[in-house]
Amino acid sequence: MKLTLKIWRQNGANDKGGLVDYKLDGVSPDMSFLEMLDMLNEQIINEGGEPVAFDHDCREGICGMCSLYINGEAHGPDRGVTTCQLHMRMFKDGDTIFIEPFRASAFPVIKDLIVDRTSFDRIQHAGGFISVNTSGNTQDANSLPISKHAADEAMDAATCIGCGACVATCKNSSAMLFVGAKVSQYALLPQGQVEATDRVKNMVAQMDLEGFGNCTNTGACEVECPKGISLDNIARMNRELMKASV
Amino acid sequence: MALDSKVPKGPIKDKWTDYKNHIDLVNPANKRNIDIIVVGTGLAGGSAAATLAELGYNVKAFAYQDSPRRAHSIAAQGGINAAKNYQGDGDSTYRLFYDTVKGGDYRAREANVYRLAEVSANIIDQCVAQGVPFARDYGGLLDNRSFGGVLVSRTFYAKGQTGQQLLLGAYSAMNRQIARGKIQMFNRHEMMDVVIVDGKARGIIARNLVTGEIERHSAHAVVIGSGGYGNVFFLSTNAMGSNVSAGWKIHKKGAHFANPCYTQIHPTCIPVHGENQSKLTLMSESLRNDGRIWVPKKKEDAEAIRAHKLKATDIAEEDRDYYLERRYPAFGNLVPRDVASRAAKERADAGYGVGHNETGEAVFLDFAFAIERYGKEQALIKGLDQNNKALITDLGKKVVEAKYGNLFQMYEKIVDENPYETPMMIYPAVHYTMGGVWVDYNLMTTIPGCYCIGEANFSDHGANRLGASALMQGLADGYFVLPYTIGDYLSNDIRTGTIPTDTPEFDQAEKEVREKVDFFINNNGTKSVDHFHKRLGKIMWNKVGMARNEKGLKEAMTEIKALREEFWKDVKVPGTADTYNEELAKAGRVADFLELGELFAKDALERNESCGGHFREESAEEDGPQKGEAKRDDENFAYVAAWEYKGEPAKAVLHKEELEFKDIELKQRSYK
Repeated sequence: MKLTLKIWRQNGANDKGGLVDYKLDGVSPDMSFLEMLDMLNEQIINEGGEPVAFDHDCREGICGMCSLYINGEAHGPDRGVTTCQLHMRMFKDGDTIFIEPFRASAFPVIKDLIVDRTSFDRIQHAGGFISVNTSGNTQDANSLPISKHAADEAMDAATCIGCGACVATCKNSSAMLFVGAKVSQYALLPQGQVEATDRVKNMVAQMDLEGFGNCTNTGACEVECPKGISLDNIARMNRELMKASV
Repeated sequence: MALDSKVPKGPIKDKWTDYKNHIDLVNPANKRNIDIIVVGTGLAGGSAAATLAELGYNVKAFAYQDSPRRAHSIAAQGGINAAKNYQGDGDSTYRLFYDTVKGGDYRAREANVYRLAEVSANIIDQCVAQGVPFARDYGGLLDNRSFGGVLVSRTFYAKGQTGQQLLLGAYSAMNRQIARGKIQMFNRHEMMDVVIVDGKARGIIARNLVTGEIERHSAHAVVIGSGGYGNVFFLSTNAMGSNVSAGWKIHKKGAHFANPCYTQIHPTCIPVHGENQSKLTLMSESLRNDGRIWVPKKKEDAEAIRAHKLKATDIAEEDRDYYLERRYPAFGNLVPRDVASRAAKERADAGYGVGHNETGEAVFLDFAFAIERYGKEQALIKGLDQNNKALITDLGKKVVEAKYGNLFQMYEKIVDENPYETPMMIYPAVHYTMGGVWVDYNLMTTIPGCYCIGEANFSDHGANRLGASALMQGLADGYFVLPYTIGDYLSNDIRTGTIPTDTPEFDQAEKEVREKVDFFINNNGTKSVDHFHKRLGKIMWNKVGMARNEKGLKEAMTEIKALREEFWKDVKVPGTADTYNEELAKAGRVADFLELGELFAKDALERNESCGGHFREESAEEDGPQKGEAKRDDENFAYVAAWEYKGEPAKAVLHKEELEFKDIELKQRSYK
């Protein structure tokens, strides 16, 4: 496959940045999208240039490190996958592909396609945990039966990989799918009940403080989420917040 | 220096309890005056950082990723073992201990493994209390599955994402401590070296990967939890950034490196597709609970499949060779990983492989039987027609999807084939490294005050790790072992005060780091870092891979040394040192792999026996029912090989820690 790539290059947060064109030949449809970028970088290095910086690590769709806005879609045109699991067979020979970073004011660009998502971490610091110390003397795991439905639903919410595609996709740059998923995981489990009130209030407050927008029920986040996190989680978070506020 | 494992005296079942009762403690007020550095935030590092902070120590945690939650523990799929015996199938602490020592081919330290089995049950309790959503049955109790090399169901799981959920649990515990200010988190930082003051580990030099800044951090103890070194093979199931550097840096400063040749080649990975491949993807071992592994019985069928002339589903039942069930009737498809991997290689080498790549390296993992079995079961339960094939298949697929849906989806995305319809193609790939930094019973390395936990150390899995044991060890070390043992050491530091960083030791360490960074930036070579990394990987895979022999290992040592020299002359690192520069970070990591690789081959050469993941062609059973199986040599090799750094890897000096087996009888590992 022969491709034309239009890639966002930006040297640090204060640089203006812009799209740069690259030509790449010999791409195999079995390659992953990031392997295609590896190939481009090898070409750039051999030509004496500076390779395109992008985040990636596990390359099996679970660490949440990779991002990229590809042809106007977070994680590209395929559904239910992260960029590292996107394969070149989704594109055609001769295609022009636009590659940009995830954009949101709460995700400032570090370099090229890399953005700073530590705002997500700070939301978790505000309440994304159950306050239990590691003593080894907690009660036996089976002394607290949990309905399979609740456990499964909590698991579905906990599947979130914290990649930020929901924010990048949302016209309001809202992080409510991400926050909703974490609030839901704990809200659905008996262990999470004790701190439920403080948790939802603190996490939502931190989310607002970081500059994420509000939810206007468009549902684009759910569509683009590589892990299929449901909008129900946002509803549940709002319910929890209401409960906590009255 | 003689190696002292510091294993406490007394009966094995009392050692840990008794030991904990007698070690020195640090009082809560004094803990506030003690700093600990933790490098790596996976299951081991993350859980250690959280627990140490809960206890009151000041923790500084370092990760090269943008968040602790990204560490590669997150990719572990199948599950975590614990001797809970919830299934009432005869499990016990002793049995988990026994299985782990046997699975490790009797090359692990008994006392460490027993302790691991002992605290395993606490891990499950702890994780449930933290809100980890383990799979449950309809009664609301925890569900279990079975993994390779054992005859009980003791594996707890969270869909095919157990590592993710356990790591997010440890991450949440870290978050709570970050919010309290007890953990200072340094994301996108890489440890460049350890700083030794008066013979003790007292800090590290780190590089901020965003700004390029070189920083000094001091502490009273340094804990390395930086994972395994599988990426020395270039292609592995590890994350792209996984590296040996933290472990290698402490090795060069005095920590012995143990059993580097013990590497786990995992049997069920997606086969290599081409030259531009950057990594390999694992298909969880849990799939072997329900999938049957086979190749065609006739060579011509295998050839036809490789040439795309036949499909797997065209091969009649009687023409299929379920070689694991044939060779190992007792364990069948659930033999341990090393055995399953070698058996796949044996078939592929004999010409029965079914891969579409040049070497034909793949075997089938077939779910058709499981789909039929589950389908019939569902039809029976629901009172539906058990002879309606379409209905049975449909019902069966739903069950399989509920169990392994995410894995099947991942397979389909990568390979572009539907594993519900046609068998998966799998082949072994480098996955886990049992070897690592040598530690004593306290998890302390041969550098006082420097600890090593999780996959980065060598201690618990011997020559082969059983499935679902890595998560257990990472969390056991971090939550339940290190927090006790480190206190015993730190009790001598309550009056030390903050360790200053404006000392000659820090000056020197920083200078060396800066020199290396400057060297790479100014080298003006002609070949990229990946170029060298790929070549190293090929040498490792071809000569130090699944089967090893003296000639190949000697060649590998020479070739790696030559490659290393070429690397230092000709590596090209673009860009500058004062900005985000991934090539620069990679160059440092590959430089270390190029040294480790040679020591790895040297260790494999020295160990002229076959054990676990280490198979020497010179040491196989020649006849009898075990013909062709690995032949261990307990007389001459029942020891841990701990290597002391002496400049060039080839000059490393071997120290032996003799292994004693008092509670388990040494015998041949048979899964037949």
